[in-house]
Amino acid sequence: MTRYFTEDHEWIDVDGDVATVGITDFAQGQLGDVVYVELPAAGTALTKGGDAAVVESVKAASDVYAPVSGEVVESNAALEGDSALVNSDAEGEGWFFRMTLSDASELDGLMDATAYAAFVG
Amino acid sequence: MTNQNQSPEEAILSQTIDSSLPEPDLQILPLDAWHRAQGGRMVPFADYSMPVQYADGIMAEHLWTRENAGLFDVSHMGQLMVSGESAADALETLLPSDIKGLAEGQMRYSLLLNEEGGILDDLMVTRCPQGYYVVVNGAVKNDDMAHLIEHLPDDVTLNVMDDRALLALQGPHAEEVMAAVVPSAAQLYFMHADLCLWGEVPLWVSRSGYTGEDGFEISIAADEAEAFAEALCAHEAVKPIGLGARDSLRLEAGLPLYGHDLDETTTPVEGNLTFALSKRRREEANYLGAAPVLAQYPNKAPRRRVGLAVEGKMPVREGALLFVGDQEVGKVTSGGFAPSVGAPIAMGYVAAEYAAEGTALEAEVRGKRVPVTVAPLVRVAHNYHRKPKA
Repeated sequence: MTRYFTEDHEWIDVDGDVATVGITDFAQGQLGDVVYVELPAAGTALTKGGDAAVVESVKAASDVYAPVSGEVVESNAALEGDSALVNSDAEGEGWFFRMTLSDASELDGLMDATAYAAFVG
Repeated sequence: MTNQNQSPEEAILSQTIDSSLPEPDLQILPLDAWHRAQGGRMVPFADYSMPVQYADGIMAEHLWTRENAGLFDVSHMGQLMVSGESAADALETLLPSDIKGLAEGQMRYSLLLNEEGGILDDLMVTRCPQGYYVVVNGAVKNDDMAHLIEHLPDDVTLNVMDDRALLALQGPHAEEVMAAVVPSAAQLYFMHADLCLWGEVPLWVSRSGYTGEDGFEISIAADEAEAFAEALCAHEAVKPIGLGARDSLRLEAGLPLYGHDLDETTTPVEGNLTFALSKRRREEANYLGAAPVLAQYPNKAPRRRVGLAVEGKMPVREGALLFVGDQEVGKVTSGGFAPSVGAPIAMGYVAAEYAAEGTALEAEVRGKRVPVTVAPLVRVAHNYHRKPKA
């Protein structure tokens, strides 16, 4: 499984033709306490760079973009009951949704862990 | 990710890359270096670089203030001194409140109004030995000063106390901390102020604040502020608290934020601030904006500021429109997650016929309707240290 990162602070784990998407630990740290996450329903068609989810901290609502194009197959039901999972385990249990990839070549422009670490300094 | 409807204090993610240096064009607080050393995340607010939060985060800082004591730096606010023999008369031409009736050391909430009765700013006026000490909002302090200079007569002097910092210590443990650090200040009652000494350093201390909690606001020479902040934070009950928690605390206390819940298009009656319109001044009706304001008094305003209880977990924020069926009946002016309530809450303006408590409305958020109910503005009971009735 390969993990990629976007400049918009999302991570994407690709496992075959399904990918899991969340926001990075750095992003949750910047957002602060997450109080609500609005997730896309299964079946939603996503376009790379388009709106995919909304994460709300105490202070602000922030858009989360689709890192690649495809279709949502599942969103993380655990976040409905416990949105703080995004703070406690952003890159694990706090995942947002799983999606199919319609064009695997869209992954080419994304960063790997080392590049992302350098990106956020 | 990007922030929606980003306002200065919400500029959290955009501020991520390098918070080690202030941005150019922003003014620097006297405590700037101290905030950074405390782990403060600095964001632009009211033309200043200010701490939106420290390492603990907004939620923890909010709850800490409700249970212990929080130290807030509000030095961006304007501290003015209006003096001269006719200062009270002159202020009464611009404010709807009883200024002449203030005893020395007594303070009052009031409003700077324009000719149409619109609110130019909300402020605190305190009678002190030198004149009237006025604290105004940082974001509009230059406009306020221009307005005062234009309207005050020549024999009234306006001094801008820009060499002073302003700190607020708020929370149920604020009194015991002040009793240890500045004992005389702990004797004050809510909405009273006095000159106190911290060692040899003079402080102008008032028992007031913007959180709904008991607390103090302390005006101090800018070059003494850091040592004083250190002295307060040496007490185990005190932590520095950022702007983010200040906003959620005042929202729960039902207190309006100028530029959001009040502006030049809102009147004191619409803003649910008729307590600032004193009886004598209503009868005299001799201040700028009196006629349009009094035409609405006490309940003839077409809309009114109300509190809103929000169903579910999704925050309803500033700008959300309010509906009854297809009819737009109002707009949210502040809203977010309320840590002490444990749910989202909001405040906003609704048409008078929908302003009664318990009225069911819907807020529109990202194209979806969220049920909301008109509720009391004060969601967390005020905990003020009031003077006992004689």
